[in-house]
Amino acid sequence: MEAVYSCFREKLGQVILPGDVFCFDVSAVEGSAVRAERVICGPGLRRNGDEILVYKSGILRHKAPNLYWIDSQQKRYVPVKGESVIGIVTAKSGDIFKVDVGGSEQASLSYLAFEGATKRNRPNVQVGDLVYAQFTIANKDMEPELVCIDSCGRANGMGVFGADGLLFKVSLGLVRRLLAPQSEIVKDLEKIFPFEMVVGLNGRVWVKAKTVQQTLIVANLLESCENMTTQQRQVLFRRVAEGSL
Amino acid sequence: MDQIETGSGSVLREYGSEQNLLSKPDGSATFLQGDTSVLAGVYGPAEVKVNKEIYDRATLEVVVQPKVGMSSVRERAREQCVRETCEAVLLSTLHPRSSLTLILQVVHDDGSLLSCCLNAACMALMDAGLPMGRLFCGVTCAIDSDSQIITDPTAQQERESRALMTFAIDSKERNVLMSSTKGSFSVKELQQCIALSQKASEKIFQFYRDSVKRRYSKIL
Repeated sequence: MEAVYSCFREKLGQVILPGDVFCFDVSAVEGSAVRAERVICGPGLRRNGDEILVYKSGILRHKAPNLYWIDSQQKRYVPVKGESVIGIVTAKSGDIFKVDVGGSEQASLSYLAFEGATKRNRPNVQVGDLVYAQFTIANKDMEPELVCIDSCGRANGMGVFGADGLLFKVSLGLVRRLLAPQSEIVKDLEKIFPFEMVVGLNGRVWVKAKTVQQTLIVANLLESCENMTTQQRQVLFRRVAEGSL
Repeated sequence: MDQIETGSGSVLREYGSEQNLLSKPDGSATFLQGDTSVLAGVYGPAEVKVNKEIYDRATLEVVVQPKVGMSSVRERAREQCVRETCEAVLLSTLHPRSSLTLILQVVHDDGSLLSCCLNAACMALMDAGLPMGRLFCGVTCAIDSDSQIITDPTAQQERESRALMTFAIDSKERNVLMSSTKGSFSVKELQQCIALSQKASEKIFQFYRDSVKRRYSKIL
């Protein structure tokens, strides 16, 4: 793994641009020590012959032992299998719902893919409703498909949203920062007042607090996190907590 | 105005850029070269009209909006130059049956407009996070009546020139991706201009890197 890691090491945590390449210097390793090594290329990296090509601008990240990807600030979502998103139901046709997830194509959602749904017992979903769902099929050549149940047939937090609350869009980079375990932003925000939040990996965020005013404050704070450093954010959050808004 | 010396006689006017300045498009950028300024917006990968759908790659559409009035044949020619350059670097097979739209709004034209459009387009495509195999930049050269080569000419210098050429240079091998020429020149002059453009492109690519770094500086 050392030979692979060494070629990425100096660029880790740095900004890289499309067209940059990483080459493996196999000659440095002794003849007998050459073993097949696997590298997993995440978003933004792809194999091009003997080298690895960067095709997005962003920050190079690494997860042990052999996962590398590029963390970029984008706005447009591209469906990925297994990701959870917030969708808007746009049409009902026969036994499927068409759901807008912000990608290049509308996703389909079967009415049987809800907890407890049967052919007789249809779920109560209307056009315009919000759903929190997961991709079971998502690739570039096929229509993406969503489900609102896990593999055991349980809702597991997915399904149609209740009334009230506010939906807004943020960049995909911010969404990933919000969903990171032990996210600093969420921790700081929780101290101000209690609220409910649903974060979809497609850049949609839904929040609901006790009053409309508090909901709007949370939404505005989250939107402003986009372009702030940690210090700036903490100063702003402290001012809000003291009641200056 | 400061001029940026790139060595061996090629001089670029002062340039600047900003990424992600519009809220609606998926990617946006401005690019300034001296007094020439272009604003670019990118939408995509988005839903595509059935008659424009290509089954194995994305459809790229480029629109050049002039500063005043309706777009004419001249804008159409620019659109085609930019579109063919972008198609050469974009990995459009990664998003089949989708549409990519690039809008270029001319804010002010003071010469070297096509190269400014190319630079703004590249910055906006990068901002949108679309898959690109390499970067590109545009450099305009003018040959004046004394056979002097001027890189990045102003509108005045363009009018007084004998020949005018714009090249799109790629970031990997410094090859010419697109060329657009006007006027008369010898083969030797053409080669000199290409060499000067390749030299000037180094500066622009370094500038791309610095401005993207600045953009990501807050979340590093």
